[in-house]
Amino acid sequence: MGRFVYVDNAATTAPAPEVIAEIDKAMSDIWGNPSSLHVKGREAKHALDNSRERISSKLGCSANELYFTSCGTESNNWALKGTMAMTQRKHIITSKIEHPAVLNTCKALEKNGCRVTYLNVDGDGVVDLAQLKNSITDDTAVVAVMMANNEIGTLEPIKEIAEIAHSKGALMFTDAVQAIGSIPVDVHELGVDMLSFSGHKMHAPKGIGGLYIKRGTRIANLIDGGGQERKFRSGTENLPYIMGLARAFELAYDRFDDIPRIIAMRDRLIDELTKIPYSRLNGHRTNRLPGNINISFEFIEGESLLLLLDMVGICISTGSACSSNSLEPSHVLLSIGLPHEKAHGSLRISLCHNNTEEDIDYIIEQLPPIVKRLRDMSPIYPGDNN
Amino acid sequence: MEYNDKVLDHFTHPRNVGEIENADGVGTVGNAKCGDIMKMFLKIEDGVIVDCKFKTFGCGAAIATSSMATEMIKGKSIEDALNLTNKAVVEALEGLPPAKIHCSVLAEEAVKSAIADYYKKNGIEYDHDLLDCSEGACHLHGSNAEE
Repeated sequence: MGRFVYVDNAATTAPAPEVIAEIDKAMSDIWGNPSSLHVKGREAKHALDNSRERISSKLGCSANELYFTSCGTESNNWALKGTMAMTQRKHIITSKIEHPAVLNTCKALEKNGCRVTYLNVDGDGVVDLAQLKNSITDDTAVVAVMMANNEIGTLEPIKEIAEIAHSKGALMFTDAVQAIGSIPVDVHELGVDMLSFSGHKMHAPKGIGGLYIKRGTRIANLIDGGGQERKFRSGTENLPYIMGLARAFELAYDRFDDIPRIIAMRDRLIDELTKIPYSRLNGHRTNRLPGNINISFEFIEGESLLLLLDMVGICISTGSACSSNSLEPSHVLLSIGLPHEKAHGSLRISLCHNNTEEDIDYIIEQLPPIVKRLRDMSPIYPGDNN
Repeated sequence: MEYNDKVLDHFTHPRNVGEIENADGVGTVGNAKCGDIMKMFLKIEDGVIVDCKFKTFGCGAAIATSSMATEMIKGKSIEDALNLTNKAVVEALEGLPPAKIHCSVLAEEAVKSAIADYYKKNGIEYDHDLLDCSEGACHLHGSNAEE
């Protein structure tokens, strides 16, 4: 069996052994319903409160500002739809490079009579603050900009955006699904009113997410029922995963001293892979997630690249249209100004703390010949000497 | 979306990759904007395709369908090659994911386009409606294709 290198951590992460152990414990022992008044219920309620406390202390908020959901997408839907249901204001500002969970929620709200401004980004993927200042009005209910882009890793100036939002009395919401677990995040430091995150991007399982809602924020609930999550998100709490998530938060926040090592691996990959002729880095060179590398290789198509890398045990993602169900390549790559043909040949590598220098060596060894092999097959490749 | 072993075989070990110098017919279909371009080269003697090569920019299915199409027309008469359908290419590959059927259409068009080029070079009249393939628009998944 050859080497196996998983570098698609922006898609999902391997659950940490400590998280699995925590969930196992919950499944075996703490299986009560937190709403029950008997001993089993009280035990579960205690574990629920304890988990919420542990997570909120990491995020810098109080426990009653933290709500558990089923995933990042639900959190994003709730933040936007819940906000728009409680305000007379009809305008939303977001960016063109948001995750579909935000973009398609905005599109759904447009059908309900909301007006949405989709902010442009520059060549590095940073939102246009001048356009934000020009488009925000007294009718703007919420500004929704992601903390870190899922494809190109660019970090957005959330603090500045929040200040601009608040200057007009609008709420500030950030989708921090890619950021949480990768970099330190403190909601007060950021000045946001709402922040979403997801378990499976931080070594907890799929099926658990959360939304921070600042105390006093007016928001409608999305799911009606038995009144769990202080009446805001009904449905019996997914306690095993909530406990796993709490453990994942502790592990992530204890591991931030590993960020320089991950950045060094990232930068080595960027330096080596952009030596390949006709390649370019997508996203900001330095102001990006520690583990994100996104590179376009001209004259080849991303899915082919993905398949050949898969065959040598390297798991990555691509922004090509052929890997999706649409004919359009990544909206993020098009928004930063890449022509279609360059967007088709993009590859995303996303590292985490589990990756090693040996993984990086292996990618640097395997990738260039695969790019060459596909280019030699490509009718549009002019040769490296042209 | 997953490829079967046959498709993966043709993708990883494509048959007849390359170019033919002084080819008798060359056809290019698709465009870079859509993410796939196929270029087909034919060597034709006495109405028979004696050699056939391709170069493709595209996804796994684009490369696999190009490879299979060249195998299916090599050694065949022009008439037989003109009868190659995208459906036959898909069947020979033992199936393609629905979103990839358009790649087989491209393979069929690449063959037709190369034969049209041969006809043009040799001043042979042919049915333009049947053989002239547009390079303009991207194929919609599954459209004008038999699944």
